[in-house]
Amino acid sequence: MSEVAKREPLFSKKNKKLITDPLNDTNPVTIQVLGICSALAVTVQMSNAIVMSISVMAVLILGNVIVSLLRNLIPGKIRIIVQLVIVAALVIIVDQVLKAYVYDVSKQLSVFVGLIITNCIIMGRLEAFALGNKPWASALDGLGNGIGYGVVLVIVAFFKELLGSGKLMGFDIIPESFYEFGYMNNGLMLLPPSSLVIVAIYIWIQKSRNPKLIEN
Amino acid sequence: MELINLFIRSAFVDNMIFAFFFGMCSYLAVSKTVKTAVGLGAAVIFVLTITVPVNYLLENYVLKQGALSWLGEEYAEFDLSFLSFIMFIAVIASIVQLVEMIVEKYSPALYGALGIFLPLIAVNCAILGGALFMQEKQFPTVVHSITYGFGSGVGWFIAVVLIAAIREKIRYSHVPAPLRGVGMAFLLTGLMGLAFLGFMGFEI
Repeated sequence: MSEVAKREPLFSKKNKKLITDPLNDTNPVTIQVLGICSALAVTVQMSNAIVMSISVMAVLILGNVIVSLLRNLIPGKIRIIVQLVIVAALVIIVDQVLKAYVYDVSKQLSVFVGLIITNCIIMGRLEAFALGNKPWASALDGLGNGIGYGVVLVIVAFFKELLGSGKLMGFDIIPESFYEFGYMNNGLMLLPPSSLVIVAIYIWIQKSRNPKLIEN
Repeated sequence: MELINLFIRSAFVDNMIFAFFFGMCSYLAVSKTVKTAVGLGAAVIFVLTITVPVNYLLENYVLKQGALSWLGEEYAEFDLSFLSFIMFIAVIASIVQLVEMIVEKYSPALYGALGIFLPLIAVNCAILGGALFMQEKQFPTVVHSITYGFGSGVGWFIAVVLIAAIREKIRYSHVPAPLRGVGMAFLLTGLMGLAFLGFMGFEI
């Protein structure tokens, strides 16, 4: 009886923290500044951002679990190469799946699917977490960081698509009557630099709500 | 002439950082001082100029559909392009290692300047991004791919050094506390990106 009680429940407090922390205090994009390359370039449309975050989440969770299972077998000196190979293999699978089921989105994401390999979030989590923790905890960590990444992506894409083309997920949102009154879509929002500005504003809001994150 | 245009396009119009955000992670980490920014920028130029043409040869003589036809008739239909991610990253990682060893042996001064940055580069998105864009653009000759690699590297170098210079200066200004550090770097990059949009359609 006592043995059962001692075993950690699947969703203990510590494990829940693994999921909730990356959403705010240790958000991979805005606080740790990892994985920006792909985060900003795929956010012209909400649907692209959602597909991209699901792909990254899948690679992150599977990669974390695999590396965590192999953590006692991988020699320390060549661990980076081993991790790269594992991640590259997973990304090839993701790429083939995307090409098979959502070909249009995969065409629009173009090189950015391949760039998941060098996405620093993945290498960072493999190095910092999966190499020293059990598979279940690593899977949760991957899930948490994947969601933290996805949330930022979707928020950026929401503003870019709404203000840039007046649509969300490809559907018209801004009513026709607005345009008749002289409202115009802001084409600048569709260009790359605007996503940097949106992320900067996001960081601003996040840090002013949570002053302990402020850098000196 | 075509090559000069390609160079200018890849360095300014399609600037790696301002147009595609490649290599942002290391870019934000090293752009705190101009000195480290110059070091990593130079290393990126160096590695891109070598890896893009090597990956170009790999793509055209091994991976592409029909690329293996030099081996004989029966290989002409092979299409290995689904392997390109893993091949490119393997080539990049091994070339970075090789370059590090060669530089360490023959030019200790250069190694002192670039040394600590070279291992970082294997996982820099700019390098893999260069290879993947090369694959997408389908250059006619290997010279084009060298020019493209060099141009993209120069674009990355310019971007990182410019931002580092601004970040050094901005340390003495009154930035709102929550924006200090990363937030301001994002805003600056956004504004610089807007300025670089002015190069759009620029040709000689």
